[in-house]
Amino acid sequence: MTAPPDDCLARNEWICGEYLRTRRHLLLDAVLQHLQLTAVSVLIGLAVALPLALLARRWGLAAGPVLAVTTILYTIPSLAMFSLLLPLYGLSGALVVAGLVLYSLTLLVRNILAGLRGVPEETRQAARGMGYGPVRLLLTVELPLALPAAMAGLRIATVSAVSLVTVGAIVGFGGLGNLIYAGMNTWFKAQVLTASVLCVLIAVAADLLLLGVQRLLTPWAGARQG
Amino acid sequence: MTVLGAAWHWLADPAHWQGTDGIGYRLLQHLVLTVVCLVVSCVIALPVALVLGHLGRGGALAVNISNVGRAVPTFAVLVLLLLTPIGTWGEGPTVVALVLFAVPPLLTNAYVGMREVDRSVVRAARGMGMTGRQMLFRVELPLALPLVLNGVRIAAVQLVATATLAALAGGGGLGRIITAGFNLASTPQVVAGAVLVAGFALLVEGVFEAVERLAPSRTGSSR
Repeated sequence: MTAPPDDCLARNEWICGEYLRTRRHLLLDAVLQHLQLTAVSVLIGLAVALPLALLARRWGLAAGPVLAVTTILYTIPSLAMFSLLLPLYGLSGALVVAGLVLYSLTLLVRNILAGLRGVPEETRQAARGMGYGPVRLLLTVELPLALPAAMAGLRIATVSAVSLVTVGAIVGFGGLGNLIYAGMNTWFKAQVLTASVLCVLIAVAADLLLLGVQRLLTPWAGARQG
Repeated sequence: MTVLGAAWHWLADPAHWQGTDGIGYRLLQHLVLTVVCLVVSCVIALPVALVLGHLGRGGALAVNISNVGRAVPTFAVLVLLLLTPIGTWGEGPTVVALVLFAVPPLLTNAYVGMREVDRSVVRAARGMGMTGRQMLFRVELPLALPLVLNGVRIAAVQLVATATLAALAGGGGLGRIITAGFNLASTPQVVAGAVLVAGFALLVEGVFEAVERLAPSRTGSSR
């Protein structure tokens, strides 16, 4: 019998270079799954939220129910949300995505609607006076002006989604959450800390990326927008 | 809809309501955890936010803490705390994580509420010879109350949601019914637990809504 190696893995330390080196592929896979789940959910959320927000603005009557339903969905705890969708999707990545889409809807609908409502009436009238039809008005005037508010919502939705993906570990599709869950059960400190830190890094990176996109898309807003 | 039927049967079974694994005990655990943590978070966050708001300092700090809080996964913090010495204190990790997550919305909302009080009203109060303490408690706080209460409501709902996650890390509360259901591969139990948790969260939201509606008109109108 050989003596067990005396490295930071054997000593179960919080910070461990050996862990990073030996489990590189495991971490990379988890990060990729995390990014994939987040991106797909936020994009689907955006694709659903935009028509809902436009509908809510077009028909004032729809605004109340749309906002109420999305807010109620937002109140439901994530563990319960994933569990409630279990009979529909089974143990799959789609289950996690469906839950996250429902969460991002509230933030996105609210912010897009606020942005559209914030477009000054004079601006709209000026565009109409220049002969803009409703579609052109929406695409070239209203949506660009609503962009800062919408992007603020998108940033919050993305950051929240990154952190909520971890709960998907309960059904085995939690990206870095899987590593945290497994690390908890085996008391593996380096794995829990590394995966947690990576989660926060992904959230911060995504936020900065979206902030950059916002700056590029709305150059007129200048440096005031944060 | 057979799953919903099965979940209903699970809920209706009196055996599932008894004992320390029963619904009754888990509900009570969830309620106690939420209330204790809400009180602790308010005691920590509100005095700081009110004083900072009164002085008009530390605004960037209050807002940034809130943003950072959103990026940190609740579940990760729970597990990290569980693996530290705090993990040996029973419900310790849950309470610490819950308080950590309830403080940012309380801090931000109370601070913003204090800063949004009409400055001319504050100046008028000062002109009437009010002391700083009088201004804080008799002018600024009453006017800021709707936003402060809104922060308490957000914190309460967040606490209910986070107390659910505690079950993933071995803590108590309603989430335990869901995690136990997963371990038993019993979809009816998972769905029944989820219905209970969602109902609890919606109830808390509803109670706060009602309290805000019933509050004196001075605070109710400017929501």
